[in-house]
Amino acid sequence: MSAGLLETVASQPAPAPAPEASGALETQRARFEWLLGLADDRLILGHRLSEWCGHAPILEEELALANIALDLIGQAQMLFELAAETEGAGRSADALAFLRDSRDFRNMLLVEQPNGDFAFTIVRQFLFDAWDLPQLEALCASRYKDLAGFAAKACKEARYHLRHSHGWLLRLGGGTQESNRRTQAALDELWRFTPELFLTPVLPSMSSTSDASEAHFQETVRAALSEADLTLPDAAPFPALRGRAGLHSEHLGHLLAEMQVLQRSYPGAKW
Amino acid sequence: MSERKPGAESTPPGDSQLPLFEVFVQEKSGAAHQHVGSVHAADAEQALQNARDVYARRGALLSLWVVASDAIVATTPEDSPCFFDPAPHKIYRHPQFYHTPQGVKNL
Repeated sequence: MSAGLLETVASQPAPAPAPEASGALETQRARFEWLLGLADDRLILGHRLSEWCGHAPILEEELALANIALDLIGQAQMLFELAAETEGAGRSADALAFLRDSRDFRNMLLVEQPNGDFAFTIVRQFLFDAWDLPQLEALCASRYKDLAGFAAKACKEARYHLRHSHGWLLRLGGGTQESNRRTQAALDELWRFTPELFLTPVLPSMSSTSDASEAHFQETVRAALSEADLTLPDAAPFPALRGRAGLHSEHLGHLLAEMQVLQRSYPGAKW
Repeated sequence: MSERKPGAESTPPGDSQLPLFEVFVQEKSGAAHQHVGSVHAADAEQALQNARDVYARRGALLSLWVVASDAIVATTPEDSPCFFDPAPHKIYRHPQFYHTPQGVKNL
């Protein structure tokens, strides 16, 4: 992917609403970082899914994964535009995507985990989708109109993403002994990253609802696991790292090296 | 498997992939669903999703159908002589023989 391939967002940006009394302590920096976190999750997960190109189990699934990757990268771009405008430092969406180092990325640890086998990718995607959809639904009511507009579009995509990953989770869990074993192993490995999904408080200027989202997530996951004949892992100690604070696993550096190599080697390249 | 699922026997010999489903799309309200191709899928719901990803992402569609390929009953080449002898000299057998009234659509 290059800077030149990213489409420009057609809608005219409008500034984020001024914080009201409840959000008076919010700084511009906090709003920027919050939007950046949302954007980075999508860019990194989208890139991970794009790594399946040429490697997916069957052609149809390859297209499905690539479609979801494109959805997520498109969402990331819209959010980068909003973040760049909130920051007001003249950085473009491309600069945010391609010219930051690992320490400046705000994505959660879950999304940067390497693809592993197909079951691992599906479990990672399902956990993300189960978290993402209720969040986006809440953001549709944001007072920040551009963010609400983004969420309305992203919601439709996220509903499909969840349907896709949920469907595969049921098939893999209820498939063969081997597919069940691999899916359970993926779940056991990834479950420790889920507490981070709910660590970052939602900023009042961005969204009004957040309390219900963790319960909603747990409910979606529990129902799916029970139907898929999988076991919810015990709560595991959360890694000392924290993606939202820029503290990442070693995997992110490798991902960025590949994703950013073109812009780093030929700054501003277009074709 | 005690009960045969739709599509379970649809994979052609030599195809190691999942069962095959035929895909039909409707582009306009009232128009017939057109066959556009086929997808592999584990079951009907996944076939719908795969059909969406393969055939529906670029154009605006109204409706998608998927049908297990093995549910389609087809003629064989041996059927052709008795099934398809067109009798071209009997032109009144062809719909083109009759004029279409003006204003009729979707014929």
